[in-house]
Order: sequence, then C-alpha cells, then structure tokens
Amino acid sequence: MIVPIATILIVSFWDYSEFMLLPDFVWTNYYETLSSFVTYKTYLNTFKYTILTWFFTLLIGFPVAYFLCFHVRTLRWQIVLFLICTIPFWTSNIIRMISWIPFLGRNGVFNSMLISLGLTNEPLEFLLFSDFAIVLAFVHLYTLFMVVPIFNSMMRIDRSVLEAAIDAGANGWQVLTNIVIPLCKPGIAIGSIFVVTLVMGDYITVRMMGGGLRASVGVMMWNEISLLLYPPAAANAVVLLVVVLILVSLMMRVVDLKKEL
Amino acid sequence: MRERRGKEFYVLAIFFSVFVIFLYGPVSAILILSFQGPNGGLTFPMNGVSIHWFFALFGEQLVGDFKAAFLRSLQLGLVVMVVTIFVSVLTGLAFRKKFFGSTFLFYTTVSSLIVPSILVSLGIGLLYNLMEWEAAWYSSGMGAHLTWTLPFGFLIMIAVFNRFDSSYEEAAKDLGASNWQTIRYVVLPIIAPSLIGVALFGFTLSYDEFARTLMTSGVKNTLPLEIFGMTTNVTTPTLYALGTLTTIFSLVVILTAMGIVFYMQKRRERFGTDAGKGV
Repeated sequence: MIVPIATILIVSFWDYSEFMLLPDFVWTNYYETLSSFVTYKTYLNTFKYTILTWFFTLLIGFPVAYFLCFHVRTLRWQIVLFLICTIPFWTSNIIRMISWIPFLGRNGVFNSMLISLGLTNEPLEFLLFSDFAIVLAFVHLYTLFMVVPIFNSMMRIDRSVLEAAIDAGANGWQVLTNIVIPLCKPGIAIGSIFVVTLVMGDYITVRMMGGGLRASVGVMMWNEISLLLYPPAAANAVVLLVVVLILVSLMMRVVDLKKEL
Repeated sequence: MRERRGKEFYVLAIFFSVFVIFLYGPVSAILILSFQGPNGGLTFPMNGVSIHWFFALFGEQLVGDFKAAFLRSLQLGLVVMVVTIFVSVLTGLAFRKKFFGSTFLFYTTVSSLIVPSILVSLGIGLLYNLMEWEAAWYSSGMGAHLTWTLPFGFLIMIAVFNRFDSSYEEAAKDLGASNWQTIRYVVLPIIAPSLIGVALFGFTLSYDEFARTLMTSGVKNTLPLEIFGMTTNVTTPTLYALGTLTTIFSLVVILTAMGIVFYMQKRRERFGTDAGKGV
C-alpha cells in the first residue's frame, strides 16, 4: 500500500521526454498542474459532483436507515430489508451504470414516457451523457455507503433515551433533531468519507455517463496516463491525494474510528 | 411510540420502496432487454422475445474473448478471497492485543480504503513499469485487488473480535486445550459466519473490481474490463446478455453465501449446546 504511493510521489518529481521517464527532481510537473486554468476548472467540476452526490446520498440514505432502524420491528424483517438494500453493492458497478442507458437515452424509457404523457414533444437531451446522468449514477452506486454506517450508529442508540425524551414532552421532530441526528453523526461522517473519496477518485462513471465530454480529476489523470505522461499524472495524483486527505481529516474530527467497530 | 403506526411510518415505507425500485429498476431493464428479439436494438420497445443474444455471446467472432476473461476473474476472485480470509483472521487475532506499531498499522490499512482507487492503480502500474516487471492480472492485478479487499476483511474481523467473548477461550484452556485446539475448535467455529461474510466481500469485490485493475492487469483483461471494452464497441444487446449472465452469477454467489450462513445459524439453534457430547 505504501510502496505504490511512494512511487507516485517519486515519479511526480521526475522529468520526462517523449519516450521515457527521466529520474530527476523538478517541480515543473507541479508547476504545470497548479498553474493551469484547466486544473482548477476540473477540480471545481469534481467538487460540484462530490457535493451534489453527497447531498443526495445523505438525503436518501438517512431516511432509509431511519426507516430500517426504527420502523421495522422484527429482526427478521430488518435483516431481509437490509439485505435487499445491500445486494446491489455486491454486483458489478459497470453493469449498474450501463443499465441506465436504456432508461435515459434519447429513445429511452423516460423520454418515451414523457412524450406519451404529453409533457414534452421532443426527447430531452440532457438525460444521458450529462452532469445529471453522472450525479444520478453516483447516487445510485453509492447511497449504500451512506445507509450502512448511519444504520450502524442508529442501532446503537438506546431506545430508552428516545422514550425518555417523549415522556419529557418532546415531539417527533425534536427527538429527531436533538437526539437521533447528533447520535448518528459518526455514521454520517463515515458515510460521507466513503462517498466523498469514491466520487473524488472516480473516473469511470464520469467517462461513461458523461459520454467522454465531461471532465473530472480522475478523467484528467486518466487522459494523461493514456498519453503516457506519467510524471504529470503522478503530480496530479499527489494533489488529489492531498485534497482528499484534507477533506477526510475534516470529517474525521467527528468520529473515533476504533470505537465504531 | 411502539404501538401505533402513524403517518410517519407510511411515508417512510413509501420512500423506502421507491428507493428499492430505484436500486433495482435499471438492472431489471437490462435483464428484460437481454431477451430482446433478433432485430431489436439497445432500447425499448422489445422487438419480440428470444435468447438470440445469449447465443451471439457465445459465438466468439462478435465479441471479445469473454469466457477466458470470466475464468481469469473467477480464479483471481478465488485467490483473493482465500488470501483475504487468511490475512484478516490472522490480523484480527493479532489486533486483539495492542502491540508496537498497531495504531500505525491500523490507520495505514484503513487509509487504503479512502485513497482513490485510480491512485492505487497508477501507483502499482508505475512501480511495475519502473522495475520493468511485467504487469499481469495474477501479480500486479492481484496486488491491486488485495489493497481493496484486505481492509474490508480486516475491519470486519476487528469488529467481530471486539464483540468476541474471550471467556470461551479461557474455558477451553482451563479444560486443557492447546493454543491450536482453542483456535480450531472454539474460535473458528464461533466466527465462522463472519468468515463467510469476509469471503463474500473478498470474492465479489475482486470479481467486479474495475478501477484498480485498469492499469495493473497487463495484456489480458478481467471480466469487468472486458465488459467496459464492449460498451465502447458493441452496439447490440449482447452487452446486456453478458450483463445479465454476470449479474446472475454474482447473485448466485451471494445467495449461496447467505444460505450457508443461514444454515449455520439454524444448526446452532438446533444443536445450541453440545454439552456432554464431546467433539
């Protein structure tokens, strides 16, 4: 684990010619990466995907976990419903991405539906190969990473605390905001860490759902790699790693990882 | 609060159902479309029903060599699974006591979960490139997969051993069991269901892994890479047929694993105590 990262770090300082890597210690790779307008634009774009995905996975994940934890009464049903949510996680991401294509395509299910309902006359173009499709696919793929940790923290909440709050006259909303959400914070943080790092490092979803027209940091790196520009790609990777680590350490303030297991 | 089911319950129940439809809807579309008639295209409407595309899949001239890719993925998945189980049990056992560097090792392992996969892929790819080793799915590819499956297995085992009641072991030792016997007859049977879980993680994560494999698999593709290659140059429902097949394969693996766990639990309930029976 450490060796590959160290390799990236070293290579990021190397110089390169058209055919080979030249061991060296130069800052040009960083200079070029950090001085380019494209880099900032790409990072901005990636942050946009990350924030949107994070927002929606939380918005969906929290109620789902809440329902599973507090409204499903028997353990058996809890297990069954939980498994229904987790099974897609164990199947192929690629296939789950491809499967949006017949839905969102120009002649896809959504467009035919909209047309037959008379809502639009022409197929909507923005559904597939767009920012919308990218975020949708991310949410579809990664909501589970939000549900599981939140569910885990919710299951630890002592029910008598909730009953005490209700006895003391709290209404449902107050219980939710004053007790459940604060006690779920570690779960939310862990879920957020997963979602943020997965989206930040992604390149395949953006490429497939964006139709090759949208950029993210991962895609940018991938393009450099396919042109065999390893040192700039490595420099880019180091920058990405630093950004991700900063984000994670911000989120880690809420949790003590060892206690969560 | 427990007795009546208010409006809240129904709202959330509907929300949950919509979520499940959202999870499964697209995949079921693939399933249906893979039975597209011979003249059908990549989207609805269905143009008749047939298994034409499944046959097309097995005719090698149309698509890449997906059978070999499948076999590679399968072998790789199995090896990764075995290594993951083995290493995570051992590290799980080791981490029950604090030892020098344990905190460091813990965070290093966990950090490999959060390092973007493209970085791992690039790093290993570069390393092989520099050392002039030849990258292949069974060496560098496996290493890349292990960076992903091991932390999962490791975290599960730590969680398991955190809840493990060590008085069972003490009882075994008091009865004169050797260290090995304690592990073999006491610890392993107790954690067996979790081991199935770890195995399932190890296998499926490796079997479906894409991002980490991309730069490390060398010349020969694993199945997800093969599928990805197909998305760019195959424009017939064969793609869906392959998707259906691998999804069904994954489901079979998952259900088998769950079946085993379920069976174990039933057995435990029935033979909850083997007091007086000996081993």
